[in-house]
Amino acid sequence: MKILVAVKRVVDANFRVRVKSDGSGVELDNVKMSMNPFDEIAVEEAVRLKEKGIATEIVAVSIGPAKAEDTLRQALAMGADRAILVVHDGRAEPLGIAKTLAAIARAEAPDLLLLGKQAIDDDSNQTGQMLAALLGRGQATFASKIEIANGNATVAREVDGGQQTLELTLPAVVTVDLRLNTPRFASLPNIIKARAKPLTKTTPAEFGVDLAPRLTVLKVEEPPVRQAGVIVGSVTELVDKLRNQARVLP
Amino acid sequence: MTTLLLADGETTAHALTAALKLGGEVHMLRLADCPPLAEPLADLIVALAPAYDAIVAPATSTAKNVLPRVAALLDVMQVSEVIEVVSPDIFRRPTYAGNAIETVQSGDGRKVITVRASAFAATQLDGIAVIAPPPSADPGLSRFVSEAAEKSDRPELGSAKIVVSGGRAFGSKEQFDALLVPLAAKLNAAIGASRAAVDAGYAANDLQVGQTGKIVAPDLYIAVGISGAIQHLAGMKESKVIVAINSDPSAPIFGVADFGLVGDLFTIVPELTEKL
Ligand SMILES: Cc1cc2nc3c(=O)[nH]c(=O)nc-3n(C[C@H](O)[C@H](O)[C@H](O)COP(=O)(O)OP(=O)(O)OC[C@H]3O[C@@H](n4cnc5c(N)ncnc54)[C@H](O)[C@@H]3O)c2cc1C
Repeated sequence: MKILVAVKRVVDANFRVRVKSDGSGVELDNVKMSMNPFDEIAVEEAVRLKEKGIATEIVAVSIGPAKAEDTLRQALAMGADRAILVVHDGRAEPLGIAKTLAAIARAEAPDLLLLGKQAIDDDSNQTGQMLAALLGRGQATFASKIEIANGNATVAREVDGGQQTLELTLPAVVTVDLRLNTPRFASLPNIIKARAKPLTKTTPAEFGVDLAPRLTVLKVEEPPVRQAGVIVGSVTELVDKLRNQARVLP
Repeated sequence: MTTLLLADGETTAHALTAALKLGGEVHMLRLADCPPLAEPLADLIVALAPAYDAIVAPATSTAKNVLPRVAALLDVMQVSEVIEVVSPDIFRRPTYAGNAIETVQSGDGRKVITVRASAFAATQLDGIAVIAPPPSADPGLSRFVSEAAEKSDRPELGSAKIVVSGGRAFGSKEQFDALLVPLAAKLNAAIGASRAAVDAGYAANDLQVGQTGKIVAPDLYIAVGISGAIQHLAGMKESKVIVAINSDPSAPIFGVADFGLVGDLFTIVPELTEKL
């Protein structure tokens, strides 16, 4: 079984972004970049499926600037076999990314496509669902458990009100949630080995995909800042303030 | 301008407010009347789409699952988690865990939008035309196996007036339940949790508040033993009044709290429950 896993280079989750003073976007110079945390979980799941003998090959794909090679090298160090970098500078949206991934999937013919449920930069939560639509395949989003058997994937999903389990006919698209697994740290020998693993560079034009954004960003602003309030000295004082000052309690 | 509103639970009333701001007529399709699996449901919505200029849904897990599939089939870029409708084609939406608010203009002929319910007041659904779902065929790409509903007699997290949330500091599910349930009961509040508390099994996954969980904006949010990571703040910092209870006076949660109480939750929470 072949797995295609998509990874995105994003601002590190522990970094608090600043909006540029001209409102054109967020400050990305000298900012720590990492693999989107949900994509790390997707890579980890692919590697575990290979370690269990279920998957035979893992292809990691990223669409982004030349620097996204670092993100792909991390996927290779975690255990992916080869990587495809579609070099694209500038803004790209889930629809364009899904079209690019669909073109690669048509060429690679994977049995399972794993993606993070959302990217922590644009917080769109769309790409996997769009990819499944474009490929005419089944989808399971927000996965907290994946089992593969007899040409099917059985996927537990985190949904409002609890948990739901679906069975998908492979090939299918699965987007992963936080509780699926805890990604490994790549060991130093594996990081070194990853440097020699094959990485192909290509462009959206080679797939005839148009990545021009459909949404024009008119401006980007900081959210209103919330002022810190007061520290109260006791539970009695807290209850009094909630009743008589904030008036949120009867 | 005619808008199709996907009705899915209590937050639909908030999404209606956003749909009405687009101008023109709103028709409602109840997802409860439709096939639940994403593939036939998306096909069904796509079949209805030609009659509509916009498709709008509250950002529930069902809508987040199906609507991007619809958007791709219509070759439209979806606008996710809209917090303001500026005009029929201009929207504001949070990015980077709410730390950068984008104003975007959609160039697509048809709009596909999910709405962050906590950013809009509710509008009565009475009088909104409900349309019958057209017949649909199941392409058979996925099958339903089981559903494990989390039973709770607490109000729904997404629409409760008061939310009490617990974090890693509770140390066990037993202590989480023993301390937070009586407090929530006294306040008729919904229970929420940080990711750390959910990961540790203290609370059900659908109670996670934050960037990648539920977004809430109740009248009162009480964060107990929660540090206030940016991902958590993203889910609750629009609450009207925030109370933080934490033993570490430098915890970031105090930076957004209207009222902070520094101390041990194991003594504070029972005392608070008793004094309410
Ligand atoms: C991709 C990604 C997505 C994420 N999404 C979310 C999300 O949606 N929601 C979310 O919540 N997190 C999310 N997180 C995790 C987030 O970064 C934090 O790790 C998490 O919120 C921490 O939970 P916590 O505050 O309960 O735990 P901690 O950070 O460990 O804080 C525990 C707090 O309890 C206090 N404490 C300890 N003992 C006591 C006591 N006896 N009495 C009182 N106070 C005490 C401590 O001082 C501390 O401040 C995400 C992270 C990533 C990387």
